[in-house]
Amino acid sequence: MRELINGAQALVRGAIHSGCDFFAGYPITPATDILLYMIHELPKVGGTAIQGEDEIASMGFCIGAAMTGKRVMTATSGPGISLYSENIGLAIMGEVPMVIVDVQRLGPATGGATTVAQGDIQFLRWGTSGGYPVIVLAPSNVAECYSLTCKAFDLAERFRVPVFLATDKETVLTLSTVDEDEFMAIPVRERILAPGDGEFIPYHATTTDGVPIFSPFGGPHTLRFTTSTHDERGQLTKSPEKVRRLNERLAGKIEAHVDEISMVKSDLQAGAETLVISYGVTAQAAEEAVANVRKTGKLISSLTLDSLWPVPQEEICAALAGIQQVIVPELNLGQYRLEVERLAGDGVEVKGVNRVDGELISPQEITQEGGLL
Amino acid sequence: MSTPMYRTYLDEDVLPYFFCPGCGHSLITNHLNAALVKLQLDPHKVVIVTDIGCSGLADKYFTTNAFHGLHGRSVTYATGIKLADPQLKVIVLMGDGGCGIGGNHLINAARRNIGVSVVVFNNFNYGMTGGQHSVTTPVEGITSSTPFGQLEKPMDICQTMAVNGASFVARIIAFDKQLPDILATAIQNDGFSLVDIWELCTAYYVPNNRFSKNMLENTLSGLNFPTGVIHQSARPEYTQAYRQSVAKEAGTVPMPVRPIPVKYASQLKRRIEIIIAGAAGKKINSAATLFCRGAVLSGLWASQRNDYPVTVKSGHSVSEVILSHEKSGYTGISRPGLVLLLYKEGLPIVKPHLIEMAAEDTLIVNSSLLPLETKAKVIPIDFSQTGGWANKKEFWAIMALAKALSSMNIYPLEAFKEAVAGRAEFAEDNLAAIEAGRM
Repeated sequence: MRELINGAQALVRGAIHSGCDFFAGYPITPATDILLYMIHELPKVGGTAIQGEDEIASMGFCIGAAMTGKRVMTATSGPGISLYSENIGLAIMGEVPMVIVDVQRLGPATGGATTVAQGDIQFLRWGTSGGYPVIVLAPSNVAECYSLTCKAFDLAERFRVPVFLATDKETVLTLSTVDEDEFMAIPVRERILAPGDGEFIPYHATTTDGVPIFSPFGGPHTLRFTTSTHDERGQLTKSPEKVRRLNERLAGKIEAHVDEISMVKSDLQAGAETLVISYGVTAQAAEEAVANVRKTGKLISSLTLDSLWPVPQEEICAALAGIQQVIVPELNLGQYRLEVERLAGDGVEVKGVNRVDGELISPQEITQEGGLL
Repeated sequence: MSTPMYRTYLDEDVLPYFFCPGCGHSLITNHLNAALVKLQLDPHKVVIVTDIGCSGLADKYFTTNAFHGLHGRSVTYATGIKLADPQLKVIVLMGDGGCGIGGNHLINAARRNIGVSVVVFNNFNYGMTGGQHSVTTPVEGITSSTPFGQLEKPMDICQTMAVNGASFVARIIAFDKQLPDILATAIQNDGFSLVDIWELCTAYYVPNNRFSKNMLENTLSGLNFPTGVIHQSARPEYTQAYRQSVAKEAGTVPMPVRPIPVKYASQLKRRIEIIIAGAAGKKINSAATLFCRGAVLSGLWASQRNDYPVTVKSGHSVSEVILSHEKSGYTGISRPGLVLLLYKEGLPIVKPHLIEMAAEDTLIVNSSLLPLETKAKVIPIDFSQTGGWANKKEFWAIMALAKALSSMNIYPLEAFKEAVAGRAEFAEDNLAAIEAGRM
């Protein structure tokens, strides 16, 4: 059976199927549809959805709710991410599981509200003070708005971090015909709670992978949550040893588990010397361009990145084997190309196909500018 | 009288306080403990949320839950906690600094009357960063950032909360013996409550202004600020009101799947790109969506991408529709096989496409916009000759789409009718518009 559905609807359905029961957001084009769907739909499953007085409040509501044990999500666009920035740092420091949707529009500043772009890719990675790693997934079509939302909730649960969905105006608002088989259900792990008996130390990572066990406000233990540099008990500290241990653990819990996070669609041809690396809305054109090139009998490889941060380094390096030329189409001036160049090294030409005029990159532009046909 | 279960809410392991000698924060923290002992609340069900500044150090002394967050945002975390778990007692401790940077959140928390209690440690300056002025610094007050005297009027936190809907507001000085009782009443209040506690910053405001307990009282009377319980009202608390307002929604299926069965056969030969160009507020997008539903009913894969300015009922509104027998990912348009141009607002958007279109392509156009430069086959519609439809511009897109289906091999008109009938809104008018437009 087929449906005519847009990315916002798929994303909201994915969130609710993942157990999302709290949403707060502030109206901003092109993310407003997600707020409105949530306000209509969450009460049906006993959840709460609210419009905050601004983006800062909306993030604050989500963080507070998450620490009572709710599964929370918020959605905004670039200017809203700017206002989320300080609280993103808090969510990293306090280890708050949550999902943040960025429906990208053209920047900088208020930019083009109704205009597609992919200009927030480095911003999401480095969007808060201190520079700690985050997880960013990038759906490239409506069906993936569903499945990667599920994945985002799962990873938030796994690592107790904010997980971003880097979407854009077209992926979220364009109506598409989707077959029900395309909605891939990704199971979201159950929350493991600290046992009710015995001592509870809120920031003590009991396992070797650096993720402390969760206990909610109102649960069997009293919880000390803090955004300031703290010891395992959540008390402020300046002890260099304790400070180092905390900060290295916050980075290490992501960096040591890149393999659990990386998601790519690897469509490689043996003997191909050209590779197209794409993500998000641009991947639609890239995949079509690759198909067009193959129709002429030429060999060409394609790598679509469903996860952007941490960089799926192993998968990109594997795809680069034997490659002479890499094409990276992006609706920005080459933000992710920087990562590809870093991995490709000398001797491989890395070429960007870029637009910042609010128009989509077409398959023809990729084949032409890449000299592929 | 039986012994109370909770004799103190202060954590012996963390005491004594780290506040400066003589600082009012020690007094307030003691009084808050006394209020909690009076109420005998389960510490697991109490969350103390602190802001930034010296008052933000206070949560660590309590055996309750604690949330220490960003400057000015304490009320937002407290709101999230209360919204998510209304059973919890949520108490915010913030300074006068937090009331400045977080003023918007205070006003909106009061408007909601959400069940959160705010305790303001008001000592007229920023103690932790070296005694800068705050929103409550009295006029002429000397601080490190007002070395020549404060020029701004101090904010009346209590009246601001009262006029915006808080259900319990009190002002009191930290030395007042009534303080534990006032705090207990504030915490027991169902809706939003705030207690503005005036106190001494012995590190900065006291030495810089030769301030004292007497001067606290003199400043209050000089400003005509009343003390005690200033305001009480019985508005419904937000989380209770929210749950009541959404109760009827519970149990219905969220985001239900609305499958579209294939019931018709499309005569489309190859993929077609279609642009429907009109003006905002004329149901261009919704007509395009109904057209896409008709296509899916006919076994086609449809996508619809909309373009519009930030204005609502003015400017252009354009829908780009792609129909194909195969699923295609890319939703951009290269050369449209069909353009429907209905209003002049859409002309600048489609003009470049009209020039590129060839003889095998079709332009269905409001005849008042002719002549136009294009090689496409032109099908004009003179809307002034359509009787009653001439003034119903919001149906012109449906009419033009019906014209396209009746004059081109895309998919059966019947499928469009079924799509239109399946949407209750305007179904009757839309069906009539299809009949009028197909001619």
